[in-house]
Amino acid sequence: MSEKKATRVGYGEALVELGKVNDKVIVLDADLSKSTMTTYFSKAFPERFYNCGIAEANMVTMAAGMASTGLIPFCSTFAVFASRCYEQIRNGVCYPRLNVKLAYTHAGISVGEDGATHQAIEDIAIMRALPGMTILAPCDAEEAKRAVFAAAEMEGPVYLRLARLATPVFSEGMPFEIGKANILREGTDVAIITCGLMVEASMNAAELLAKEGISAAVINMHTIKPLDEAIVKAYAAKMPLVTVEEHSIIGGLGDAVAAVVAENGGKLKKIGINDCFGQSGKPDALLDYYGLTPEKVSASIKAYLK
Amino acid sequence: MDLQTLKATCTEIRKDIIYMLSKSGSGHPGGSLSIVEILEALYGYKMNVDPADPKKADRDRFVLSKGHACPALYATLANNGFFGKEHYDGLRQLGGILQGHPDQHKCPGIDANTGSLGHGVSVATGMALGLKHQGSKAHVYTLLGDGESQEGMVWEALMAAAHYHLDNLTIMWDWNGLQIDGRNEDVMSLGDFPAKLRAFGLDLLVVEDGNDLSQVIKALDTPVTPGMPRGILFKTVKGKGVSFMEGDAGWHGKTPNAEQTAQALKELEG
Repeated sequence: MSEKKATRVGYGEALVELGKVNDKVIVLDADLSKSTMTTYFSKAFPERFYNCGIAEANMVTMAAGMASTGLIPFCSTFAVFASRCYEQIRNGVCYPRLNVKLAYTHAGISVGEDGATHQAIEDIAIMRALPGMTILAPCDAEEAKRAVFAAAEMEGPVYLRLARLATPVFSEGMPFEIGKANILREGTDVAIITCGLMVEASMNAAELLAKEGISAAVINMHTIKPLDEAIVKAYAAKMPLVTVEEHSIIGGLGDAVAAVVAENGGKLKKIGINDCFGQSGKPDALLDYYGLTPEKVSASIKAYLK
Repeated sequence: MDLQTLKATCTEIRKDIIYMLSKSGSGHPGGSLSIVEILEALYGYKMNVDPADPKKADRDRFVLSKGHACPALYATLANNGFFGKEHYDGLRQLGGILQGHPDQHKCPGIDANTGSLGHGVSVATGMALGLKHQGSKAHVYTLLGDGESQEGMVWEALMAAAHYHLDNLTIMWDWNGLQIDGRNEDVMSLGDFPAKLRAFGLDLLVVEDGNDLSQVIKALDTPVTPGMPRGILFKTVKGKGVSFMEGDAGWHGKTPNAEQTAQALKELEG
């Protein structure tokens, strides 16, 4: 648990490893390669890296054109630009079912100081609405690597949600199968379903709850679409659920789980960004302000269970 | 190449466009009729494509960025053997392969899903880059509208095409001067369009009559400048070949009634 590494760094490293074994993999970036960490790939395989300049819409659609010739383009920019090029992703990538991987970094409020313009809190919501889109939100740098390989392995569009902030690496040895959640901790009173950076926070929250006599399961829902509905149903039948995500409570993991609960029964509380934009601040200060630290999450869950 | 045969096919394509649109009661005649010579010069003469193997790896590609003009593309593909004309009756109908805008998974010979204006140059640029990356000799063609060029993304793509020296890419315009709300000049002026395109790094040709097959073919046969994407501005007439549709923006997205259809077919049959 000592090493800290951002999921974007795990992504950048994984691309280089992937590039060595799959020559169909190419990478596109929009002048952010030093931030999205595609710079590792551009140095290792300069002839397979295409900078598109500050022109995200063209980048996404060009990637679609490249995919149609048999290549596997990984396309990177900030997650906030998921909405900037949404129509390109819809009509250019998803509708023709092209093999484009959108690996977008700087998701969530943990972006920090850059503030609301750069903090994507709605990207999962809009990506979920697209037919055929797979959405992966890895919990740490190691899981990000596994997600990159899994994304390359499957045919079709993938949205990979990555973070800027360096966070502890704890997922060594965990399996990664798209659409199959990982149970990280068993519990009997409440099940926390979470993804991305909130997985570690939820594990720590479960630890705090245990000290107060509350037994919390923690489920790492690294794939938000297609959602592992079986695991949601199984836990909803046994205990109340809580979703924790660094995303708006509208349209994200919480609502994906809510749809399963609404149709199959169960109780659910959603924890996330409460329908507001972020702001500037240190990442830790923001996570605290928006109630996403282990302390705040465990307090919210305790209050909910009362 | 037999110019007379290609010309005769252009007439067939125009008749098929009128038939299809009249039958479906929905679609875009004006911008379909203006591009017939360009499409037939590509599919009947210039492009390396095989109707028996429409997805073969080393084929030339065509992206109809102005996807609403797909009746012209459908008729061109059918007349060149990609599928049977019995599909015409299914244009824009439930379950048909001829969608309101082209679908590469439904219709043989379609290389890209288009119809959302502004996308095509980016798709074609990506294809040209991808083919070049893999050492293919294939050429990529795309055709867009003048009004469509008001989309900012077009210019992003032009920058990329020049930046990556895509001399395996030909970007063509159906320069008929009209769009849905009227003349380009009135809706949103393109200014000195050829100068803008040259400034973006295109090796540009201007064809005075893009509805004259021999001029179209001459432009397509003009050798490219190594390291530069080719641009071709085809001056065309919207609604070309049907007197009452020619040069009238009102026929952008309106289909002919029975009487108008009869008259159009009569004119085309000469």
